[in-house]
Amino acid sequence: MNHFDFSHDHFTLFGLPRAYRLDMATMETAFRALQTQYHPDKAASLTDADKRMALQAATRVNEAFQTLKSPLARARYLLLLAGVDTQEETNTAMPVDFLMQQMEWREAIADARAASDVDSLEALGRELRGVGRAMETDLGLLLDEQSAHAQAATVVRKLKFMEKLEQEVGDAIERLLD
Amino acid sequence: MALFQIAEPGQAAEPHQHRLAVGIDLGTTNSLVATVRSGSATVLADETGATLLPSVVHYAADGQTTVGYAAQLRQSEDPRNTIVSVKRFMGRGVKDLPDSAATPYRFVDAPGMLKIKTVAGDKSPVEVSADVLRHLKQRAEDSLGGELLGAVITVPAYFDDAQRQATKDAATLAGLNVLRLLNEPTAAAVAYGLDNAAEGIYIVYDLGGGTFDVSILKLTRGVFEVLSTSGDSALGGDDFDQRIYCWVVENAGLSLLGDHDTRLLLTHAREAKEALTDHAETRITAKLADGEVVDLALSAEVFQQITAPLVQKTISPVRKALRDAKLDMSEIKGVVMVGGATRMPHVRRAVADFFGREPLTNLDPDKVVALGAAMQANALAGNKGDDEWLLLDVIPLSLGLETMGGLTEKVIPRNSTIPTARAQDFTTYKDGQTAMAIHVVQGERELVADCRSLARFELRGIPPMVAGAARIRVTFQVDADGLLAVSAREQSTGVEASIAVKPSYGLADDEIARMLQDSMQHASEDMLARTLAEARVEAESLIAATRAALASDGQLLDAEERAEVEAALARLQAASAGDAATEIRAQTDALNQATSEFAARRMDAAVKRGLAGQKLSELG
Repeated sequence: MNHFDFSHDHFTLFGLPRAYRLDMATMETAFRALQTQYHPDKAASLTDADKRMALQAATRVNEAFQTLKSPLARARYLLLLAGVDTQEETNTAMPVDFLMQQMEWREAIADARAASDVDSLEALGRELRGVGRAMETDLGLLLDEQSAHAQAATVVRKLKFMEKLEQEVGDAIERLLD
Repeated sequence: MALFQIAEPGQAAEPHQHRLAVGIDLGTTNSLVATVRSGSATVLADETGATLLPSVVHYAADGQTTVGYAAQLRQSEDPRNTIVSVKRFMGRGVKDLPDSAATPYRFVDAPGMLKIKTVAGDKSPVEVSADVLRHLKQRAEDSLGGELLGAVITVPAYFDDAQRQATKDAATLAGLNVLRLLNEPTAAAVAYGLDNAAEGIYIVYDLGGGTFDVSILKLTRGVFEVLSTSGDSALGGDDFDQRIYCWVVENAGLSLLGDHDTRLLLTHAREAKEALTDHAETRITAKLADGEVVDLALSAEVFQQITAPLVQKTISPVRKALRDAKLDMSEIKGVVMVGGATRMPHVRRAVADFFGREPLTNLDPDKVVALGAAMQANALAGNKGDDEWLLLDVIPLSLGLETMGGLTEKVIPRNSTIPTARAQDFTTYKDGQTAMAIHVVQGERELVADCRSLARFELRGIPPMVAGAARIRVTFQVDADGLLAVSAREQSTGVEASIAVKPSYGLADDEIARMLQDSMQHASEDMLARTLAEARVEAESLIAATRAALASDGQLLDAEERAEVEAALARLQAASAGDAATEIRAQTDALNQATSEFAARRMDAAVKRGLAGQKLSELG
């Protein structure tokens, strides 16, 4: 089994430039190539030391893939590499208009759920996704072109709110359909 | 004339020496063993040519153990000592069983897992499964003419950690070297995908004898990537037999059947179910122990009616898997049907209706899992074939830890690609706390009580610190078999504890499925419960802190002030015993208010004491 360098960051590991905007197809190809090399199945007939190494390497490759695949996790990771804490647990200060919008969405979810209105929930889900996408576009700009880390951290916190909301909409739809 | 071959030291004489490895499908009703011979996977038959081995074990008083068809013959005459469908008991405790009256067995509770009383002693499901596996190992070694290097054993994708661990233990007990535990639908996808050079997104619908799995896979140039999995670990062909049995009991006006009659009618029910695959009607004729004769005609239509709810029950997990994979139905390239129970025409029709297309049934639903397992075993054993492939599987249920107030903190979410690891930091709750109990759970619900308990262990020897100062990092590692190991480490001192998660007790048969469904249905209840639990935790910590302060610095208050604080304390205590989160919060705020002056005085006093202490040390 080839040596695996655990000191590499996720981008280096996948042979990708350290950037927010990634070519997903290239990343998936790199992921599969790495797993083909390091997955524990490839070490099943090797020594125990190789098996341990394969477990740790494949675990790291999966972690890297999960991180780079998700727009939110990828942005958070880039900020971490730049030494910026996104303060998602501690910093709950948000612009008032964003908070107001959040409350409106939450009420809309609650209303649609109470009315068992799957169509409205699905429309809401699309709307949220659209807003999330726009934030992801902003992140590309802030991180890759402007190096505006503090602003990017704020967008990351907002995007986390959006993901939670989308999850709620999804759960509500699923409950109504079952 | 052939030249003699001389091997290099340390190398095999034969360059293409084939290492013997098998795939075993350890099923609820039937088990199979397969291997790759001259490049193609084949199921190994016994000396009579039979490939299926009924997963039935009979224990006789003289200590003799029979497995398979021979054991099945004893079923009606000696139901208590003839163990069928033991897979349903793997990793389970007595209290987890849904309805023990439905089986003839006498269960014994034992730590970790139940046991079944037989004339040959108490048998754990692991031992019974090991007897089936031993039989298959013998068949393989007889047929292949050598000792096995190892085996891939398949498990339902929806099996939890305890069930997986129990399966691995059974294989070890049978003397098998486990190359890998492989999820059944993934094994089927390998056999199907490699045979058909399939590319794209496929769904495997696997309805076996006792379990239902659905997995969504993306097939890309030899990589089989599981995107999501869902299922019901207590739904299968057996349940269809049970429905026919109930229908017979009702329509023949029977009551209080003995073990023997129950077993007899269940066997007839299974035969009727199989007959209805190709016929519009079948007869159920049986002579009961008291001489009464049951003779009923069952039509395919009635059979469909009485089992429609079971078929419907398979659709929710399919929806869930699609949602978890963030896929739309239009992105699915094909639906692969696996498991003997998918032979039932109305099951096929329901799947076709749901997906709006005919499912793929051009493979033997009984054998495809074993064949896929054999291919994987061959690859893991290091026998290089023409094509190489890679399986990337996931865990079916989220793994987490119990936190304050009986809440679950998810550490690894369901459908994470394995192997995977994740660390989470926790801290101490009380001043001077030197130990921390780690409770590992599996499931989707917010409350620990609604999830499955996998293991408990303690991290001891944490140096006394103020509450919240310790940094305890708990690491979960899930290996390629889907098995979990947990370790905990106090960061500042390096105190460490770890455990390979062994099942502490089991889930009820339908509990995993129920847990997942409930997590959706009760999400709002959970939120309420969570709010309440959090309010209580906060209240209790404030009560404890206030009491401690009163004990150490009570002299800072006059009698009236102290009475006020104690009244607020009592009111919070009363509220905390109730179920109203808002009331607990209100009284928490009130107590905070009532003690604010007290807190300020204690702060002053502490500062004075601190200064005094400093002076002393300076003097010293």
